[in-house]
Amino acid sequence: MSAKTLYDKLWESHVVHTEQDGGVLLYIDRQLLHEVTSPQAFSGLRAAGRKAWRIDANIATADHNVPTTDRAAGIADVTSRLQVDTLDQNCAEFGIEEFGMHDKRQGIVHVIAPEQGLTLPGMTVVCGDSHTATHGALGALAFGIGTTEVEHVLATQCLWARKSKSMCIWVGGELGNGVTAKDLVLAIIGRIGTAGGTGYAIEFAGPAVQALSVEGRMTLCNMAIEAGARSGMVGVDAVTIDYLRGRPYAPVGKVWDQAVAVWGELHSDPDAQFDAEIRLEATDVAPQVTWGTSPEMVVDISAHVPDPALEKDPVRRKGWSDALAYMDLAAATPISSIALDKVFIGSCTNARIEDLRAAAAVARGHHKAASVKAVLVVPGSGLVKAQAEAEGLDRIFRDAGFEWREPGCSMCLAMNADRLEPGERCASTSNRNFEGRQGAGGRTHLVSPAMAAAAAIAGHFVDVRDWVVH
Amino acid sequence: MEAFTVVEAVVAPLDRPNVDTDAIIPKQFLKTIERKGLGKHLFDAWRYLERDGKQVNIPEFVLNQPAYAGAQILLARENFGCGSSREHAPWALADYGFRAVIAPSFADIFANNCVQNGILLVRLPMDVVDHLFHEVAANPGYRLRIDLPAQEVQTMGDSRYTFPMDAGHKHKLMHGLDDIQLTLQHEGAIRAYETRRRQSAPWLFRDASPRSGQI
Repeated sequence: MSAKTLYDKLWESHVVHTEQDGGVLLYIDRQLLHEVTSPQAFSGLRAAGRKAWRIDANIATADHNVPTTDRAAGIADVTSRLQVDTLDQNCAEFGIEEFGMHDKRQGIVHVIAPEQGLTLPGMTVVCGDSHTATHGALGALAFGIGTTEVEHVLATQCLWARKSKSMCIWVGGELGNGVTAKDLVLAIIGRIGTAGGTGYAIEFAGPAVQALSVEGRMTLCNMAIEAGARSGMVGVDAVTIDYLRGRPYAPVGKVWDQAVAVWGELHSDPDAQFDAEIRLEATDVAPQVTWGTSPEMVVDISAHVPDPALEKDPVRRKGWSDALAYMDLAAATPISSIALDKVFIGSCTNARIEDLRAAAAVARGHHKAASVKAVLVVPGSGLVKAQAEAEGLDRIFRDAGFEWREPGCSMCLAMNADRLEPGERCASTSNRNFEGRQGAGGRTHLVSPAMAAAAAIAGHFVDVRDWVVH
Repeated sequence: MEAFTVVEAVVAPLDRPNVDTDAIIPKQFLKTIERKGLGKHLFDAWRYLERDGKQVNIPEFVLNQPAYAGAQILLARENFGCGSSREHAPWALADYGFRAVIAPSFADIFANNCVQNGILLVRLPMDVVDHLFHEVAANPGYRLRIDLPAQEVQTMGDSRYTFPMDAGHKHKLMHGLDDIQLTLQHEGAIRAYETRRRQSAPWLFRDASPRSGQI
């Protein structure tokens, strides 16, 4: 038997049927539903008189539109409320389990599914959300789909798909102090570009990846889509198994033992061949800051905003110029001199407990700069929030003048009330610095949680490696 | 879904790389629970600005220029449709009236979503796309003919450019097919797969395996 990649194993174990033209009917083990990309899927089922094929394969939560301030007041925005209410009604009608807005397990869909053990190794996981790649951190094949496909999975538990090419991103060495999975993935995107992984399933491997916690691996896989890849994944090891043990929806007893034995095979074989391989050394990675309107527009904290005049390719040159105009930045500006109006710590990229601990470690004993108007800390789930409060992190944030909020997607994409005003500049732990992403006219710089907290306190970007921890 | 065979139409040029789905349809329009009506918000942030509380057209933006009125073909740069998986992006393009997008490359999820909505994505080499951008700029009202059965883009000057196409996607677009019906023809295979998996991996079925159930 020839050596297989993790992707090969995950793919082959889910093939239901293969068409003559090579199209594959792929079985989906878990579908995650949220309020933004599901209403039209449920309407489609209803219109055709169809039921959900396998109710227990689905789990729903409201995350994009929910307020992060007082939940008891409900949702002020009428259209946001309609969308959340519609999810509640659809789940009730079709019998799908939902963690509603007032459930303590509610949160960002990509945070709660792993947290609950609803994402397990060896699964195919889909969601109408591109950051579904996150779940690959647990040795699953996870990818984002559109609403028509959400309906298709609800109706058939399958998707038509074609196998992607495989890419291995191998990271040697270990990350330095103050350098995180976020910096690593931004550095990778800076190197291969936002289309570098298009058409590929990416496996992250190597000692620096294995040294990451599952939370860190999720940050890495989360942004595979920002490199163009629909799915990112990491092989199963002891870290994965330890993470899953005792999770509410993880198996127990004999079935757990049986599962662990199977999961132990979920890694690429030593001789497995990939269609593309990229190697980098973790020790070369510094804290990263994006300067433009695409995640590939990223540099080290010690660098300067690049000069479009030095770029030879005319399309790229124009892209850089457009980005600098939108970001209101001049070429050659030192990154550390860029001043911030707001800071956002949250999102499916960086709102897990480890992220909040990293931000709190920097913020402890400090106060946000007077020039920074607001610092939002938005935990990824109700349980992350409770854990952070049990550890006293909320106190550290409040003492630093940061706002401690309720869980949700919040200012990653500003569908709720949390947003940038036109022209405002934000250090954000989220995943996209696209034009208007955090609010029309808003300017986003992507960074790690520790870098965001340090920027909030200094008022401008600083190298968190130089930070004196109190 | 409208079947796609041959479309001849005005071409609108959008000369920027990495156009993301947030730009195609910003998040404030994702709160709809309908599929229709998004065309008026297509490229909202580039197309309109607010003045004295009123929405006004930005005259420089391509869709606001009379020369491109009624355009059904969008000419774009590499990595078009990157970012969010929102199907609202193809819904907005289709609702506006676009039937096809021509570019050197497209993001994966966006490409899948377009097939579900009858939008043809035409991949042409960088130099051909460059040439078409020049032609559009030089010839007001520039039109192209896209022949899906032949997998060809034809200029009015009789140049022809063939483009690659997934056979399954081509079939689906040409016939405007509903995937679910097609899939349910394999109901037996799906059930057989599930029976096997319930044996070999019961933990994948929440109704078939014990769990702690504790929060």
